[in-house]
Amino acid sequence: MTKSELIQRLADLNPHLYLRDVEKIVETVFDEISDALVRGDRVELRGFGAFSVKEREARLGRNPRTGASVQVEAKRLPFFKTGKALREKLND
Amino acid sequence: MSGVTITRADLAEAVYREVGLSRNESSSLVESLLDEMSEALIKGENVKISSFGSFTIREKGERVGRNPKTGVEVPIMPRKVLVFRASHVLKDRINNRK
Repeated sequence: MTKSELIQRLADLNPHLYLRDVEKIVETVFDEISDALVRGDRVELRGFGAFSVKEREARLGRNPRTGASVQVEAKRLPFFKTGKALREKLND
Repeated sequence: MSGVTITRADLAEAVYREVGLSRNESSSLVESLLDEMSEALIKGENVKISSFGSFTIREKGERVGRNPKTGVEVPIMPRKVLVFRASHVLKDRINNRK
């Protein structure tokens, strides 16, 4: 399923809404989650899952081919943990 | 980390603000969006949201686990797990590289 298929599906379920409004709804939801993660906030959607950001400190890494040391900068990584209800439904 | 947690209610509020549907309908659309994504994943479909990320189902084979407290070996059944991979656009934004 792609974003446009998701939009189409929601449009089919809501024939009273304009397609452009359904597009706006879907964009708004993912923008809102993205903006929260950019701020470093957590997004918890019970039953579906939770998005969070993990901090990785700078470290000395190695080029596995040459063995040369390289400085790896500190970074922040988005992370998703599947919610309990969804995890269980995946394995029913 | 800021310690703030965003929930469904905040997503519904954003939809209410941006799209101008009623609060009730905004929240039912947020719910419906999550339901449709879940349904696709449960069917074994991957979900790709461009410039956000993709959700893929990974099949894990059976393996032997151990109860960490007692050391007793227990079989871990084959199962499906959901993996999220953030898009480069999102990863870059999170690291202020854009």
